[in-house]
Amino acid sequence: MPLPAGPTRYLRSPMAWAATAMLASLVVLALAGPLVWGAAADRPDPSVVLQGPSGAHPFGTDNLGRDLLARVLAATRPSLLLALAATAIGAGAGVLLGASTAVVGPRARRLLAALINLLLAFPALLVALFLAVVFGAGAGGAVLAIAVAGVPGFARLAQTLAAAVAGTDHLASARVLGLRRHRLLWRHVLPNIAEPLLLSVTTAAGTSLVALSGLSFLGLGVQPPGYDWGRLLNQGLDRIYAQPLPALAPGLAILYAAVTFQLLGEVLAGGVARRGPASRPPRPPVVSSGPAEEGLVLQVEDLGVELPTPEGVIRPVRGVSLSLRPGEIVGLVGESGSGKSLTALAIAGLLPERARVSHRTLRLLGADLAAMTPRQRDHHLATGLAMVFQNPASALNPSLRISTQLTEAARVHLGMRHAEALREASEALRRVALPPSLLRARPHQLSGGQRQRVMIASGLMVRPDLIIADEPTTALDVTVQRQITELLSGLRRDTSAAVLFISHDIALVSGFCERVLVMYAGAIVEALPADRLATAARHPYTRALVASVPDLTADRDRPLPTVAGAPPDPLAPAPGCPFEPRCPHRRERCAREAPPLEDLDAVQRVACWYPLPVTTDDPAADRMEAGPS
Amino acid sequence: MTELRLRELTVRHHGPRGPVTAVDGVSLEVPSGATLGLVGESGSGKSTLARAVVGLVPVHGGSVLLDGREVRVRTVRARRELGRLVQIVLQDPDTALDPRMTVRQTLVEAATVFQRLDRPARAERVTGLLELVGLDPRLADRLPRQLSGGQRQRVAVARALAVEPGLLIADEITSALDVSVQASVLNTIRELRRRLGLSMLFIGHNLPAVCHVSDVVAVMRHGRIVETGPTEALLRDPRHPYTRELLASVPRLSPRRS
Amino acid sequence: MSVARLLRHPWTVFLGRRTARLVLSLGVVLTASFAMIRLVPGDPVRAALGVDASPALVAARRHQLGLDAPFPSQYRHYLDGLVHGDLGTSLVTGTPVAELVRTRLPATLEIAGLAFLLTLAVALPCGLLAAVRTRDGRHPRSELVFTTVTAGLAGVPDFVLAAGLTALLAVGLQLLPVAGTGGAGAFVLPVLALSVAPTAVLVRIVRVEALKVLAEDYMRTARAKRLPPARRYLRHAAPNTATAALTVAGGLLPAMIAGTVLVEKVFAWPGIGSAMAQSVVSQDYPVVQAMVLILGTTVLLASLLVDLLLAVLDPRSTIRES
Repeated sequence: MPLPAGPTRYLRSPMAWAATAMLASLVVLALAGPLVWGAAADRPDPSVVLQGPSGAHPFGTDNLGRDLLARVLAATRPSLLLALAATAIGAGAGVLLGASTAVVGPRARRLLAALINLLLAFPALLVALFLAVVFGAGAGGAVLAIAVAGVPGFARLAQTLAAAVAGTDHLASARVLGLRRHRLLWRHVLPNIAEPLLLSVTTAAGTSLVALSGLSFLGLGVQPPGYDWGRLLNQGLDRIYAQPLPALAPGLAILYAAVTFQLLGEVLAGGVARRGPASRPPRPPVVSSGPAEEGLVLQVEDLGVELPTPEGVIRPVRGVSLSLRPGEIVGLVGESGSGKSLTALAIAGLLPERARVSHRTLRLLGADLAAMTPRQRDHHLATGLAMVFQNPASALNPSLRISTQLTEAARVHLGMRHAEALREASEALRRVALPPSLLRARPHQLSGGQRQRVMIASGLMVRPDLIIADEPTTALDVTVQRQITELLSGLRRDTSAAVLFISHDIALVSGFCERVLVMYAGAIVEALPADRLATAARHPYTRALVASVPDLTADRDRPLPTVAGAPPDPLAPAPGCPFEPRCPHRRERCAREAPPLEDLDAVQRVACWYPLPVTTDDPAADRMEAGPS
Repeated sequence: MTELRLRELTVRHHGPRGPVTAVDGVSLEVPSGATLGLVGESGSGKSTLARAVVGLVPVHGGSVLLDGREVRVRTVRARRELGRLVQIVLQDPDTALDPRMTVRQTLVEAATVFQRLDRPARAERVTGLLELVGLDPRLADRLPRQLSGGQRQRVAVARALAVEPGLLIADEITSALDVSVQASVLNTIRELRRRLGLSMLFIGHNLPAVCHVSDVVAVMRHGRIVETGPTEALLRDPRHPYTRELLASVPRLSPRRS
Repeated sequence: MSVARLLRHPWTVFLGRRTARLVLSLGVVLTASFAMIRLVPGDPVRAALGVDASPALVAARRHQLGLDAPFPSQYRHYLDGLVHGDLGTSLVTGTPVAELVRTRLPATLEIAGLAFLLTLAVALPCGLLAAVRTRDGRHPRSELVFTTVTAGLAGVPDFVLAAGLTALLAVGLQLLPVAGTGGAGAFVLPVLALSVAPTAVLVRIVRVEALKVLAEDYMRTARAKRLPPARRYLRHAAPNTATAALTVAGGLLPAMIAGTVLVEKVFAWPGIGSAMAQSVVSQDYPVVQAMVLILGTTVLLASLLVDLLLAVLDPRSTIRES
C-alpha cells in the first residue's frame, strides 16, 4: 500500500488541516506550557480559594487558590508525555509479539496465538486498573499498567496483519531461500505492516491518554503535588454542581487531546485508503437508439465505457458493436484488460455508478433500452436477460437458501406466488441436472460446479431470451468446465435463448460457440465463425492468440510462438491500430489510423488494414515467427 | 544435478472437521536433470506436495529424498541446506515479490544467502539473473507494482535460481497469466532447463502447458498419483480412466464440425 | 448419531474449545485476584488501617486474611472461601464483600446491558444506512461528515462525557437526576455516557463491513436480478453485515462493563464500579480483589454469551473459525 502521492490532496482536506492544527497546538502547549504557566499554576493564593470564573482567573481557582487555567495548560506536558510513553512501550512490545507469529514455527505460533487470545479476553481498562493497583499509585506504575494493558490489542492487530503477509508467496519464497527469522521479521514482515500499524498507534495514543487520565481520575496515576488532567478533573469533580466550568475544564482538555488523536488517525487512514479523485466523466446525452433490426435478441452499436481512475479517465471499451440472434451462441474472447467483461456489464447496466456508458444503439429484443424509464428498463432487463458470473463461490449469497435465491426474481418480476415459484425452481434445477432437494441447501454445502449450475438455474427462472455468461468456467476444474459448456449448449437448443459466452480461453470458445468475437484493447478486432479460427483468422492478433495456445499435439521440441510487447497503456491511447506496436506485419499506415471493423465476407469482419492471407495448411505448421520474447 | 525421490509421502491438514489427508502415500521420482510434470485439479494435493518437499508444510509420513539423502527441516541449519538444493516458484504473481523491495534488492538478498558478494559482483549477478529469465536488466530498479504479471513471475524464477539450486519446483506458475504471456514463460522454463541442466518438478492444472515442458507426467487426484508415464506415451495411450477424462476435457482448437 | 460422530461434530468441537478457553481465563482471573493482594507494594493491612494502628491489630487482621500462612495453603483457602460464597471482608467497613456484590452487581449489569443494547440499536441501522448512502464513492461530502463526526465521538472519554452531561443536563438545565438510581430518568445519563463512544466506533465498523458486503459478487447478482433496493439491502446485505458487526460489538460489551468503574464514580451510581473506585482510593484491598474477580468473571461470561449468540446466528463462520 503506497502512501498517496499527493501532499496537495492532504492539504485540500479541511479535516486534515484541523487535525494538524490541533496537534500543533498540543505540541506547542506541551513544550511551552510549564515554562509560561508553570509558576502561576503552582502559586497558591489564600485570598481566592475555590473561586468561579472571573477576569483574573477565567476557569476559576482550586482549593489552594491556584489558577485553574494555568494548571490545565501546564498539565499538557505530563499528560501527553505519559500517554506517549505508555503507547510506545505497549505498541513496541505488542507489535513484536504479534508480528513474530508470522515467522516462528507452527507450534510456537499456536502458543502465541492462544496467549494473545487469553489476554484479549480482558478489557484493557480492567487490566490497567488491576496492574495500577499492583504497581502502586504513581505515574510510573500507571504508564506501565497502560502499556501492558495495551499489549494484547497491538499484538492481535499485528498478528492479523502479519498473517496476511505470511500467506503471501514472497514470504514463502523467502523462507525457502533460508533467510533467518529475524531477517524475515525486520525485512519482509514489519515493513509491510508498518502503515496500518502506524494508524492504530496514533489512535491508541489518544486512548492511552484517556486511560491514564482515568487512572489519575481514580487517584491511581499521577500523585500530588504532581498533576495531570485526570488528577485535576478528580480534584474538581466535587464542585460540578456549584461551578461546572472549573470542574469540567480539565475534562475539556482531555476531550480535546483525545479527539485530536482520533482525527489524526482518521486523516492518516483516509490518506492511505482513499484512492483517486472522485472526478467523473460527464454523463453522455441520452440518445434514442438507431433503427431496430428484425429478429435480433441483442443489438449493440458503438458501445463505449469510460472509467475514472486515480491516474485519469480511461476508455476500456471503445466502439463495440455486436448482435445476437435467437438460439445463437457467440463467444467473446480477449485477454485480461481487453474490456470483454466491462462490455457485458455495460450491456446489462451493472457497471458502477462512476462509469459512463455511451452507445449509438442498445436494444434488447428490439426494445430500445435508452428510451425506457428506469422502472421499465429494470423489468425488461430482468425478464429478458440472465447473467452468469465468473466465480460461483461468491456470486451466491452465503446466508440465503438456494430456494430463496432461485425464486426471488420470478416472484418480484413475474408476480409468481411462493408455491408456484418453488415448483418452477425445482423444474429449473432439473434442467441443470440438479436434484430438487438442493432447494433447502445453502451455498456452502454445494461444490463449485453445483453452484454454477444453480446460478444458471436462477437465470432460467425468468425464461430469458439472452444469457450472458461472463467467464463462467474460469474458476472451475477442466472436467467440470466441459459439463458447464455442454449444459449451456443444451439449454440454448431447448429454450432457444441466445448465449453470449465470455472467456479468455480461445480454444474453449472455439469448441462450442458458433461465432467468435475477438477483443483487443477495448475494441473488437475480428468477428468470425468458430470453425475459421484455426486456419482462417485474418487479424494478426487473432493468429497470435491461436498460436500461443499450447497444444497436446504440438511439437514439444519447438518453442511456443509468442507475441512480443504488452497491450497498450489505457491512459495513453495512440491514434493508430492498438495492436500496431506488437504487430509483426505493421506498416506505416497502421500507426496513423485505427482500422475500422469491416466486412471481409458475409460472415467475417476484421479491423485491420492488411488482413493476413488465409493459410492452407495445418495451423501448427504455419505458426508465426517463433522465439522467446 | 539434484535427484528427488518421494517415498510414500503423506501430508495431513487440519480441516474444520478433523484432519484431511491432502497427500496420501505418494511415491514419485524426478531423475537428475529431468522434468516431471504433475497434473491435477484443484484440491488434488499437488501444491501441498510441493510445499511439503520444501518444508513449508510438515510431513506426516513417508520420506523426501534428495540425491538419496533424507530431507530434514527441524533445524535452521537443515532448512538452509535444503534451500541450497531445492527452490520453489509459486502461483500468485501479485504477491510473488515483496512489494517494498526493488527487483535488485530481491535478487541480491537471494544471491547473498549462501555466498558473500562485493558490490560489482552483485550488480553483475543481478544482470546475469535477469538475462537468464529473459528480462531486460534495466528493470532491476523497479518495484513489483511497476512490472506486469509475467515479468513478476520471471523475477520470482530468477530469485529461485539465484542460489543455484539443483531442483526447481514450479507450482502453477503460469496459471494466473494470460495465454500469450504463459507461452513465453513456458519457453523460458524450457530454455532454462536446457542451459542449466536443472531437475524440475512442474506442477499445473493445465495439461497442455504441463506436457509442453515435461519429460514425464504424473496425474494426481484426491491426494494419490493415478498414472505416471513419459509424456508422449501418456498422451498417446492414457491408461487410467481419469487421465482419459482429463485429456478429453482439454479444449482444442481444431476445425470443427459445423 | 454415534458417539464418535457426536464428538467430531463441529458444535461439540466448538463448545469444547470455548469451554476450555473459559476455564483457562477464569483460572487467570482467580489467580490474578488472589495474587493481587500479595503483590501490592508495602503492607496492605497497614495501609488500610493507617500508620497509627497497633501492631497487634495489624497482626490480627493479617491472620484473619490468612496472609501469614504459606502461599499454597493461602490459595487453597481462597478458593475454598469462594466456593462457599466468601469473598472476604472489607478492611474499612468490616462488612462481607459478598454482601456488597449482591446489592451492587445488578445496578452495574443494568447500565452496561442497556448501554450495549442502545449501541447495537443505533449503530447497526445507522452503519448500514451510511454504507448504502456512501457506497461506490457516492456522496463524498456525506462521507466526510460521517467520518469526521464519528471519529470525534469515538474519541470522547466516557468519564469526561459523564461529567459534561452532568453539568449540562442535570445541573445546568435541571432536566434529569444527577446521581443515584431514582427512577427511569436516572438511567439516561449513565447509559448515554457509556454508549456514545462505543456507538461511534461500532457505526464506523458496520459501515466498513457493509461497504465490503455491498461490493461482493452476490450483491452484483442481486442487482442483475433487478431486485428492489429494499430487498437488496435488507435481505441480501444486512444478514452478511450483521455477523462481522456483532463480532466486533461482542468485544465492546466487556469494555463497557470495565468502563462502569469510571462512569459510576461520576454519577455515584451504586454499582460494582463505584465500589471498586472507592476501595482503590481507600486501599481496601480485599474489596478491590473481589471486584477484580467479579468484574473479570462478568466480562468472561458476557463474551461467552456473545460468542454463543454468534454461533447460533452464523454457525458457518463462527464454528469454522474456532
